[in-house]
Amino acid sequence: MIRWRPRAGSAHRGALIDGQTPTVSRFARAVPAGTTLLASALSALPMVSDAPALPPLGLLTVLSWRLLRPELWGAWIALPLGLADDLLTGQVPGTAMASWTILFLFLDIVDERLMFRDYMLDWTIAAIGICACITGAVLAAGIGSGSLHIFVPQMLLAILCFPFVERICAAIDRWRLQR
Amino acid sequence: MAPPKHRRPGFSRRAQYGLFIGYVLATVGVVVALAVIASWRLDPAGFSLIRGIALDATAPFTAAGRSVVTGVANGADEVAAYWNAGARNRRMAADLAAAHTALVQARATAFENARLRRLMRVVDRTPQTIVATRIIGSTVSGTRRLATIAAGRSDGVRPGQPVRSGEGLVGRIFESGQTAARLLMLTDSGSTVPVRLVRNGLPALVAGNGDGRLRVRPLIVGENPFRRGDLLVTSGTGGLYPPNVPVAVVIGADALGPVARPLADPDRTDFVVVQAIYAPEAAAPPPGLPTTGAP
Repeated sequence: MIRWRPRAGSAHRGALIDGQTPTVSRFARAVPAGTTLLASALSALPMVSDAPALPPLGLLTVLSWRLLRPELWGAWIALPLGLADDLLTGQVPGTAMASWTILFLFLDIVDERLMFRDYMLDWTIAAIGICACITGAVLAAGIGSGSLHIFVPQMLLAILCFPFVERICAAIDRWRLQR
Repeated sequence: MAPPKHRRPGFSRRAQYGLFIGYVLATVGVVVALAVIASWRLDPAGFSLIRGIALDATAPFTAAGRSVVTGVANGADEVAAYWNAGARNRRMAADLAAAHTALVQARATAFENARLRRLMRVVDRTPQTIVATRIIGSTVSGTRRLATIAAGRSDGVRPGQPVRSGEGLVGRIFESGQTAARLLMLTDSGSTVPVRLVRNGLPALVAGNGDGRLRVRPLIVGENPFRRGDLLVTSGTGGLYPPNVPVAVVIGADALGPVARPLADPDRTDFVVVQAIYAPEAAAPPPGLPTTGAP
């Protein structure tokens, strides 16, 4: 197993334990991005529906990882992950790329301003982020803000699903760090 | 939890530069992505190559799982069919008798119709079938209502071609990869189909509402001519969609106007037929008529 020790001051600095950076295997570093790609690919599931039925799982997963482990990623990671999500879900190319990166930059500012986040605050931030991203996708697709009400059920479903997705991400997080 | 030290990576100059470059990358990326969205809005075909590759890559997995989903859905239907089978049997026998009478009348009408058309020398350009294939998936979470079919550019599928199933019109091809293609369903808010009312031939437009229903707009001003249960078929106006393909049934009206339900439920449709773009008769004037312009 290749052990990978991040440089001092790297993105893993937030996880300092007694001044020591934790050793994290390359596999464990790849798990969050991998699960995000998997969640994006879930929309390629063999389901045919004539209304937006599933929450945007890629967005939920990437938000969960970002809120659970703020030190894990720089904001730029949202670019490749968003591009993959755009291609896998067949949205307008650039939609998730732009909205996720803007969201990450925004969350960096939020982290700077709020000294502590708890569960309810995480959920609130995620709810705002989900609504903003879905609205952005609707506007990017050129559907027009008049038919935004069609996407309200999807937004509510996504907000209600978020704690569940976050739980799954937390379980995966414990598994990947224990290996 | 305590905030991470995003902004203060310590005294390492290298780490500080790394952080700075990360933010520069993110900002430049956002600008590029917004430019991509803008250019896609102006020219949707511009990214067809890379989107086609991604589509081809995911289609086999979607196709493999589709049979499982269809199997489960059919199983539920099988169980439901045993429920009050007797009453249903009686009703179907009555329906069959009525349908038999109607069929005899329809045969006579069809014969008369064919004779009259021969008299009038009406030329029918029946659109040729490009390929018959399966619907294997759709964008369940995205903002557009797109479905994926298991045939692509190598089978002759090109953007714009109409797609229908046994029940009626499903939509038209939106983009095609090498072995898979995406079709824009009727229910997408970007889809508009010229139709006419079967009852009296009144022309109308059917546009997607984005939520599984269709909005019907009559082309003439006046009172609402639609009744609940009215059947709408394509009129063939403007080409693209061939005429007389069943499209939708009017199910009622809301504050904005009449609302219809598409006949081909994409959830239950498995096989669809991709047809060549319908060329209306007006495009090719019949011989004998004086033509202007080209000799």
